Amino acid sequence: MGTHLWNRKHLLGMADLSREEIHAILEAAASLREVNRRDIKKVPTLRGKTVINLFYENSTRTRTSFELAGKRMSADVINMSVASSSVKKGETLYDTLATLQAMNPDLVVIRHPESGAQEFLARHLDASLVNAGDGRHEHPTQALLDLLTIHDNLPLLEQEDFSSLIVAVCGDSLHSRVARSIALGLKTLGAEVRFVGPPGLLPFRAEEAFGVRVFHRLEQGLEGAHVVMALRLQLERMSVGFIPSVREYFAFWGLTKARLAVAAPNAIVMHPGPINRGVEIASEVADDRERSVILDQVANGLAVRMAVMYRLCGVGGGR
Amino acid sequence: MSVTNAREELLLPAEETLTVIRQLAERIREGIDPPEKRVVVVGIRRGGAVVARLLRDTLASLLGRELPIGFLDITFYRDDLRTIGPNPVVGATDLTMQIDNRCIILVDDVLFTGRTIRAALNALFDYGRPESVRLAVLVDRGGRQLPIQPDFAGRVVEAGNRESIKLVERERGEWVVVRRRLAE
Repeated sequence: MGTHLWNRKHLLGMADLSREEIHAILEAAASLREVNRRDIKKVPTLRGKTVINLFYENSTRTRTSFELAGKRMSADVINMSVASSSVKKGETLYDTLATLQAMNPDLVVIRHPESGAQEFLARHLDASLVNAGDGRHEHPTQALLDLLTIHDNLPLLEQEDFSSLIVAVCGDSLHSRVARSIALGLKTLGAEVRFVGPPGLLPFRAEEAFGVRVFHRLEQGLEGAHVVMALRLQLERMSVGFIPSVREYFAFWGLTKARLAVAAPNAIVMHPGPINRGVEIASEVADDRERSVILDQVANGLAVRMAVMYRLCGVGGGR
Repeated sequence: MSVTNAREELLLPAEETLTVIRQLAERIREGIDPPEKRVVVVGIRRGGAVVARLLRDTLASLLGRELPIGFLDITFYRDDLRTIGPNPVVGATDLTMQIDNRCIILVDDVLFTGRTIRAALNALFDYGRPESVRLAVLVDRGGRQLPIQPDFAGRVVEAGNRESIKLVERERGEWVVVRRRLAE
């Protein structure tokens, strides 16, 4: 028993997760998917545990996924969002933490625009912590659900494991914590990762920083890729003109059926959502049931978050 | 019984495992009344799944008809998440058939504290409402901590707390039951 070792109290990022730890989550998630297909979509695993979703940025999708994951594991889930909390009234992070501590939660899921917040809370809070996105830094559960989705499709892609897999991450990886987390996770599993995009939207020295290959032309970056991951153009994070116009962006960088022709046969298309049709991805690609696994990603996100809660709560349950 | 090494004793050699399962199947068959009653065999992963497969095959040939089989993984129903930690290998539940109004033969390899069976019953009822559930185990080693008893036990052995009784695969497809003394 116990071939997969998990001893972590917090999940803050993909950077320090080992191959075995990643598989420990994927294995549990694959089993928990079955729960989500039943009539009674609930297991008693986390009965009596309290999960607090603390969201300093709006994210209906991620918050809903964590909320449902906690409920399907029988935990009590409370949502605190910045818009409706005392943070707006001037409370500091430290005082929010003290208030949380007094409620004695077992697990806190946090999304915060600054990457320091998670580390700060991890040091001072008794509960387990899950990073649900911090600034441009990391978004580990998104990476894990992507890895599960890719893992499911390995037979279709005629791959035994991740070691010969080529994944093209296309678009705005500069502003994307999803790109960073998935690149780190894929490297740990041995895949080749490409960042494909205009120079202005790629992280500084991405080759050295993330061990990825960089392509400045979409056609070259897609060539032979088994997995094509489109990233959302994060216009809300762009203060100045990173791109001339959305229409021009699509003309050069939009994923279309014609452009995907150079990818590997049966290549799958992924997107972390929410998608901008006609900006980074064409509708004909997003809706192509042969290639697009975007909705599988959503279903896998739920199972992966259930698995993360299960693994973390098992390690001393936050004590 | 032969001693395979100082700390391991062979309780059931491979052929005897099969004999015990055959006897279990015969006793279960006598209890199926009327004989056309809708029976589903459900094995508890991981050891119970092995016994359930063998038992189902024998029972099906005794009854002269096909019998559906399902498997339960009870990892997420355990009551010891905190104490054993989150590291057990997680299997998959495979219970696609209808279990409402069926007679369920719940199968495990070794019955000890009864906690696994408690978890399995809870899991089972999340899939439907069986007419009845009967418990069949290959070995009952005593040491119950819950009011749970087998309806059919292949062998009853006395085992202390510092011993483990396990179903293990010796050769491919050859299953034996061994008793091991655990290190202090």
